[in-house]
Amino acid sequence: MSEVVLEGRNIVRDYHVGGGLFGKQKTVHAVKGVSFTLEKGKTLAIVGESGCGKSTLGRILTLIDPQTSGELLIDGKPINIAKDRVTAEMRRKVQIIFQNPYGSLNPRQKIGEVLGEPLLLNTNKTAAERRDLAMQMLVKVGLGPEHYNRYPHMFSGGQRQRIAIARALMLSPSLLVLDEPVSALDLSVQAQVLNLLADLQDEFNLTYVFISHDLSVVRYIADEVMVMYYGEVVEYGTREEVFANPQHSYTKTLFAATPKSDVESIRARLAKKKAA
Amino acid sequence: MALLEIKNLSVGFDTNAGLFMAVQGIDLSVDNREVLAIVGESGSGKSVAMLAVMGLLPKTATVTADSMTFDGHNMLTMTGKQRREIVGRDVAMIFQEPMASLNPCFTVGFQLEEVLRFHMKMDGPTRRKRAIELFKQVGIPAPEERLNSFPHQMSGGQCQRVMIAIAIACNPKLLIADEPTTALDVTIQKQILDLLVSLQVKHGMGLIMITHDMGVVAETADRVIVQYKGRKMEEADVLSLFESPKSPYTRALLSALPENATGDRLSTVADFMKNEAANAGVAP
Repeated sequence: MSEVVLEGRNIVRDYHVGGGLFGKQKTVHAVKGVSFTLEKGKTLAIVGESGCGKSTLGRILTLIDPQTSGELLIDGKPINIAKDRVTAEMRRKVQIIFQNPYGSLNPRQKIGEVLGEPLLLNTNKTAAERRDLAMQMLVKVGLGPEHYNRYPHMFSGGQRQRIAIARALMLSPSLLVLDEPVSALDLSVQAQVLNLLADLQDEFNLTYVFISHDLSVVRYIADEVMVMYYGEVVEYGTREEVFANPQHSYTKTLFAATPKSDVESIRARLAKKKAA
Repeated sequence: MALLEIKNLSVGFDTNAGLFMAVQGIDLSVDNREVLAIVGESGSGKSVAMLAVMGLLPKTATVTADSMTFDGHNMLTMTGKQRREIVGRDVAMIFQEPMASLNPCFTVGFQLEEVLRFHMKMDGPTRRKRAIELFKQVGIPAPEERLNSFPHQMSGGQCQRVMIAIAIACNPKLLIADEPTTALDVTIQKQILDLLVSLQVKHGMGLIMITHDMGVVAETADRVIVQYKGRKMEEADVLSLFESPKSPYTRALLSALPENATGDRLSTVADFMKNEAANAGVAP
């Protein structure tokens, strides 16, 4: 068995909302006891509708939000950011890519600075070294050194997502959390970005946590699939298990809702429409 | 005669770099009771073509066409006043971002009743009754209370239902839906698509679906137009498009679907362009 990069044991996250002058405080249980393990080089897909807690879980894994209770182990080391200070070394291990490439880049920062910033904050590299590394990374994600001095508004959505991927990879992380990385992109651009992610995974032996609501993408990229519904894991298994034999009724609803583009289903739909 | 008929439509924009042609010579027609899907990537001019029909383009745009008729009206020579009478009543449009297309300062009930007041000249109580009826039709629970909600108090799917209610308020003959489900989850997407198609069948409307999602096309369309860089690549009925796509671009789009992936890599439209360029290089 290969090395386990990420492990969650009964992770819980509660948010306290309301509680104004006279209002009563309410507790929202965003994540209710999630456990999983993920091996090096594998992809875990977290699927669910909006509000099911998948992004909250992603934020916990990326050490942005602390868990309310439960244990999070990265490379076998337990970590709880509510208690311990996060070291630069821990930050280097986990990186995140957000859904909206238009919102996740600072419009006043040149691409070179975007890529150099993680190095500036977390390492002692000199300016020249940072510049060289940024140039190399641009080429790796399919852009060119000529893009180094440009601003984000000069790029298309797919290119921006490549920049976000490049920024995440600058610190050579072992774990990458991808929060709906392709749902804001067009079909063909989506295909390019998915190809890039697959290539980078092979090259750097990366581990992905892939958050998505698009089952067709998940089927293509994931090794393991976790389906969440109202903060709970309702289905967890390998891709083959989940897709071949969904157990929970929510998973079945999700499958039924995914648009089918094979000729048989189109024929069935047209026949049904004619009859109506 | 077709409900909407457009011949040789071109739309250009004046930019600093000269004239940019967003749509180049598109022919298009939709009948009553027909669902037409227009598919293409972003920048293929699919929204611009429909905005030209609605007269919603900015002043920098130049629209030319051999003919553009809707239900017997010539949309090219129409004055602004005449157009405003038709747009919203006989042709209605739903946009991609439901949150952004509703006015945050007014209740959804007010925004829905505005259409009824302007186009149908209904009085207060009749409007209220019709508004409640419309909310029921699009499946918003507790319509009496929801009419007094502001857009930010509703979810994305609910807001899109409000947009649909506004669009169908005057029983339009043609409904144009511009990426109606792109901002929504799959389960909500399914509900909205089912709702649109059932309304289309019930009222016998023409429906134009603008989308980049081949799945949405497969689930809703009767006929499909594939557009690329402002040009029409292919027009076919939905079954033959998926069964035997004629244009290489359509084939490229279909093979970029993750469920059609063969082997490890997804083919992209860029690959298609490369092949095209290579072929063009070989051919004299």
